[in-house]
Amino acid sequence: MAADPLDDMIDAAAAALNLWVAAEWKPAVRANLGVTLKLAALVADFELPDEAEPAPVFRA
Amino acid sequence: MPADTSWSTGADIAAAVSNGAVTALTVTETALTRIAGLNPALGAFTSVTAERARARAKAIDAARGKGDKLGPLAGVPFAVKNLFDVAGLPTLAGSRINRDRAPALHDSPLIGRLEAAGAVLVGALNMGEYAYDFTGENAHDGPSRNPHDLSRMSGGSSGGSGSAVGGGLVPLALGSDTNGSIRVPSSFCGIFGLKPTYGRLTRARTFPFVASLDHLGPFARSTRDLALSYDAMQGPPDDDAACVDRVPEPTAGLLDRGLDGLRIAVAGGYFRQGAFPEALAALDAVARAAGASREIEIPEAQRARAAAYVITTTEGAALHLDRLRTRARDFDPAVRDRLIAGAMVPASLATKAQIFRRWYREQVLALFKDCDAILAPSTPCAAPLIGQQTFVLDGVEMPLRPNIGIYTQPISFIGLPVAAVPVALKPLPIGVQIIAPPWREDIALRIAFALETMGAVAAPRPTDLGR
Repeated sequence: MAADPLDDMIDAAAAALNLWVAAEWKPAVRANLGVTLKLAALVADFELPDEAEPAPVFRA
Repeated sequence: MPADTSWSTGADIAAAVSNGAVTALTVTETALTRIAGLNPALGAFTSVTAERARARAKAIDAARGKGDKLGPLAGVPFAVKNLFDVAGLPTLAGSRINRDRAPALHDSPLIGRLEAAGAVLVGALNMGEYAYDFTGENAHDGPSRNPHDLSRMSGGSSGGSGSAVGGGLVPLALGSDTNGSIRVPSSFCGIFGLKPTYGRLTRARTFPFVASLDHLGPFARSTRDLALSYDAMQGPPDDDAACVDRVPEPTAGLLDRGLDGLRIAVAGGYFRQGAFPEALAALDAVARAAGASREIEIPEAQRARAAAYVITTTEGAALHLDRLRTRARDFDPAVRDRLIAGAMVPASLATKAQIFRRWYREQVLALFKDCDAILAPSTPCAAPLIGQQTFVLDGVEMPLRPNIGIYTQPISFIGLPVAAVPVALKPLPIGVQIIAPPWREDIALRIAFALETMGAVAAPRPTDLGR
């Protein structure tokens, strides 16, 4: 059992994506993933109606 | 025309070449000599296309000799961030991995359009690896340095573009801007930059980063040079799926209409929080000169910045997934570790960011019912030291690198056009964004030109560099 839950996520995702993550890279990957998930939560927590659509073909 | 054209504007060079006051070859040789002399210190160029440039300059001089009318950029030296395809060169995009690519067979269309206007390509420019950078540092080629202080960052990711134009190596350069990579180097290096509307200029035959957010645009030391080059580069989408097929809307002839009738606001709230004194001083000075007294709040800008961050890391990771599998050790470690993390972000969160993007766009577009342009800082501070890792933002020590773009990301996130203008503060310049509604680059450039004419903004010449 890894000490940080993100380590479990990194190990599982690396296996699923066929990515090799060297042990010495993991602290930086963990830090980056942590920041990204925190920022993603800020966005995901913003309530929008079900009808709100993404912008896959974006037009300014 | 001064004997030394290294600090001349492109417009002045083109006029002098067109009327025979100087030859395109002389201007080109001046640029090549200055590049040879200063590039070892600045680290701006990764390739110099000297023979191509000389041949092109001779062709321009020959055309003039025959009585042909020359283009608006006749004889103007320019260079491009090394993610643009340049025939005969591998398209590096700042990476080691891309050095294995075959040389490009054709130029990017934007290079062709500038050359059709008479400009002379002199080389390719340093950049942060795969454009995932705000510093101008590069793990493989070394940093591009700030022409006002060689110990400081040029800004990224178009660092070589900022360094080359700010250092007087060329009057014109091209770069890309996904989250701020034109506006940040413009700010740190004290020059003008234009990030056009998303979908305005074709990105064909350039190495991508984040398809949802990538833009291309020019750097220069005057607003008129931005307008002339931007006008020359408008055109059909070529092979860019995101580029909109619009009739070109030239701006150079509209620059001198002044500020009368324009409603210019200043972004408050998020865009003042965390700004260093120099950023606020520059913003306030530009606001005063522009007569912009009304402060408005761009809603949910912090969340917009967060969403841009998420889209960037996930789309960037998708682009590089195969290279992460096969050549992970050949990446800049800082880029690699961010991309690996980005590959692991659940797709549901990236989709949420795209949903938020459309909502946010509607909120910001509504602001333009009551104003024609919005002013905001380009960067929270002037150029940091190369290698610097943290700064104190709002009283809290923060990682420097991801936070350099806090004021640029919420704007490029929805593709708004921005003219980035330099304020010549001492000891270091810093930039201000002039943000306009979609497809109204003319408004942003018109305001920039008015501010430049009244002396409120200007590209300062470095005092200790090659003079």
